[in-house]
Amino acid sequence: MKATDIADSSYFHKVVDCQWACPAHTPVPEYIRLIAHGRYTDAYMVNWKSNVFPGILGRTCDRPCEPACRRGRVEDEDVTGGRKEPVAICRLKRVAADNKDELNGRLPTAPASNGRRVVCVGGGPASLTVARDLAATGYEVTVLDQDPKLGGMIRTQIPRFRLPEQVIDDEVGYITGIGNITFQQRRVDSLKGLLDEGWDAVFVGSGAPRGRDLDIPGRREAAANIHIGIDWLSNVSFGHIEKIGRRVIVLGGGNTAMDCCRTARRLGGDDVKVIVRSGFEEMKASPWEKEDAIAEDIPILNFLVPKSFVHEGGRLVGMTFEKVQAEYDANGRRKLVPTGEEDPFFECDDVLVAVGQENAFPWIERDIGLDFDDRWDMPKVDEATMRSTHPKVFFGGDAAFGPKNIIWAVAHGHEAAVSIHTFLDGGDPAVRPAPAVEIVSQKMGIHEWSYDNDVALDARFKVPHRPKEESLRDIRAEVELGFDRELAWKEAQRCLNCDIQTVFTAQLCIECDACVDICPMDCITFTEDGEEDEVRGRLNAPAANLDQALYIGDGLKTGRIMAKDEDVCLHCGLCAERCPTGAWDMRKYLIEMSHAERACGKH
Amino acid sequence: MTYITKPKLHHPSLPKNSVGFTRRDYEGRVSTLCAGCGHDSISASIVQACYELAIEPHRVAKLSGIGCSSKAPTYFLGASHGFNTVHGRMPSVLTGAYLANRELIYLGVSGDGDSASIGLGQFAHVMRRGVNMVYIVMNNGVYGLTKGQFSATADKGSVAKKGAVNNDSGIDLASMAILMGATFVARSFSGDKHQLVPLIKAAISHPGAAILDVISPCVAFNNHKGSTRSYDYVREHNEAVNRLDFITGQAPITAEYAPGTTVEVRQPNGTTLRLAKIAPDYDPSDKAGALAYIQEKDREGEVATGLLYLDSDPHDLHGNIRTVQAPLNSLDEETLCPGSDVLDRINAALR
Repeated sequence: MKATDIADSSYFHKVVDCQWACPAHTPVPEYIRLIAHGRYTDAYMVNWKSNVFPGILGRTCDRPCEPACRRGRVEDEDVTGGRKEPVAICRLKRVAADNKDELNGRLPTAPASNGRRVVCVGGGPASLTVARDLAATGYEVTVLDQDPKLGGMIRTQIPRFRLPEQVIDDEVGYITGIGNITFQQRRVDSLKGLLDEGWDAVFVGSGAPRGRDLDIPGRREAAANIHIGIDWLSNVSFGHIEKIGRRVIVLGGGNTAMDCCRTARRLGGDDVKVIVRSGFEEMKASPWEKEDAIAEDIPILNFLVPKSFVHEGGRLVGMTFEKVQAEYDANGRRKLVPTGEEDPFFECDDVLVAVGQENAFPWIERDIGLDFDDRWDMPKVDEATMRSTHPKVFFGGDAAFGPKNIIWAVAHGHEAAVSIHTFLDGGDPAVRPAPAVEIVSQKMGIHEWSYDNDVALDARFKVPHRPKEESLRDIRAEVELGFDRELAWKEAQRCLNCDIQTVFTAQLCIECDACVDICPMDCITFTEDGEEDEVRGRLNAPAANLDQALYIGDGLKTGRIMAKDEDVCLHCGLCAERCPTGAWDMRKYLIEMSHAERACGKH
Repeated sequence: MTYITKPKLHHPSLPKNSVGFTRRDYEGRVSTLCAGCGHDSISASIVQACYELAIEPHRVAKLSGIGCSSKAPTYFLGASHGFNTVHGRMPSVLTGAYLANRELIYLGVSGDGDSASIGLGQFAHVMRRGVNMVYIVMNNGVYGLTKGQFSATADKGSVAKKGAVNNDSGIDLASMAILMGATFVARSFSGDKHQLVPLIKAAISHPGAAILDVISPCVAFNNHKGSTRSYDYVREHNEAVNRLDFITGQAPITAEYAPGTTVEVRQPNGTTLRLAKIAPDYDPSDKAGALAYIQEKDREGEVATGLLYLDSDPHDLHGNIRTVQAPLNSLDEETLCPGSDVLDRINAALR
């Protein structure tokens, strides 16, 4: 096998599973250590630099980092006394936001204007990220939104009991406080018209604003009591709606459905149920959002396909469904097949339809050189540069590739800002700036490391919730109370510090086996070289997870190779501690993505 | 020396043996020996061998003397019986224990100082008596605990870390054990677990005095140029006479050998040792031949390793003195004190 090229920063980046999985590549272990040290403001700034909305994301993120977390693969039920679970990365982020001090002087301020003007369509997370990155680099940024306040879906679609408005105001304020950012409440009806205004670049971060409807019998007749989920949430958010019927059916299995049903519970719905077409397991909603809904006495009924809205004299009285079951064909594809049972009927006063969202670009002319995909009628956007086929127009967030989530919007925003800066500097946006990598050996003494290498054996700690009765009384009362400092410290101990890398220098190795003998996970093997598939099978412990690399060191005196399975490494540093020659060292690889301020147009 | 203990988490696929233990269950406390010490690898090999043999840890007694080697039993088989004796006296304490209870597996752990200097007499006699034990010498050629003076097994002409040359003849414990009547004599290297683990398993299964002389580099004081016990030197001069597979009834035979190159030795307890020849004419059942071969290799500057000598019909101390089968602690008062009638008869027989 070829020796691993650790000079390529993506090698060790991938080992930090959480950071690699995060669309914005937030250096997770770095901020978790800062939290453990009580350095909440520093932890907040690590986040802010990378994901722009730590307080918001610490409550609402879809947390792609957590399923990736190594802890979830290496825990043992017999040792921890609990289920195998990842570190509560997302909720630790919130701890940094909750406990930070004043950010005085830590946030950037706009330098002298470089004279370039960029406009962002939509005031959500993608546009705000672009505005932050570009304003801090000297651009004059104007953000347009149809709503009276910045925030986009963060403000309109996420209920207050999950995300207090103050958090949104604070974090939007950190961005606008940079300077050189102008907000205008303005609907854009023509991209051509906007381009004609002479902006140097246009960023489209207008989201996926159209809630999908359900065209089944009775829809028109009973329209008064049938609401599109995201529009209804937005109306609740702005105080236009304050009540709903006693019996509510929520259609859909995504996170919007979960927000709808829990909001309905707080606006007078005391018999609220969610009804989904698919099975419970296949629902799109995050598992914890389903749990939270169920905990508020909201049953989730599955395998029911909506058939008709039933109305009496124009008043909605209920819905009928068709009962289905999942059948799988030879290719494993699922089909929902009617069971033939009688169609169940559920009484209700109101229905919230949360069966998906769509993009809608009626305001983009099709003859201005911006190509659309024929099949989906979506703009063609480059996944790396976020640029459309029009040189001046960039996309991000849900507007780019359909509904995703906030953290993806942030990641898109960073990339689009890099592209805009590079483009306006006369460079090629396709050439992406490399991430910044800071490498520091953690060795302090013979057995001392500058990180806490002892592996805590606790099972995941639960975030305390407000008592249910209290929560349901007040739509603005936040349900999750967040970890207090002590719980946060304990949860932080569960982090394995995967960014503290085991770095192997073959020239120093005397092949004494000390590392092999001490490794608790049996992940180091000195063995004869071979093809990867075959080597993976004959290591001290089989390396079956092909998504995880084997770290290969060669140049040993015996001609063997060192093969380390990164999959299950605890980063405990015992290999380095037992190494007599320093062939193993524990080095922190702090990898930070390059944003616009570090991107240079002239490559 | 390590500050944190080895995390309890283990590889998700860590298997269990037939008595329900994982390999990790055979570990001891975290080692306080120097990082890179060969002794730790021998400990790991003992752990591996006991796991593979599916030995219940409470059936093992580990006894040791004094020295780095003799600290090692703390670092493996944490759930077994242990006895840290006085310097060089492990063999007699072990003999006593063996006489009192022959049902345990006895593991004597010693070093070159403990066995070849202060305990040389004890070493010789425990071999000739045929105590059913595994005697493991962690042999590094220096006194590690007192900062690296030559031990009695250091090769003549080898050079100490600070440049002193050893003028005394080295004691070869393997040759000596063959001479003294040990019935299983092997030599190995801490850096070669493929050789060492099967040898430990075979030694445990051997129903007689089994000795393993394991060369175990001292990284702190004897791993430099000029040393004949360094990792590099031993790797360059290691001349294995054979490869051993230890086969119990069920265990699959993994290694493939060309026909005619293997010898199988059935042992009285039903286990089989399969030896793949490396040195073509080496016959481990030929005592005189074995001694001559070891000397010859020594003259060439090479170290003969592998199973050097095996008597497939070993004798054992209990058999020789016709002692009772059951452990003494299981005998009731009537058996132990049969009364004055019996005593009178014995006395009468002696008149």
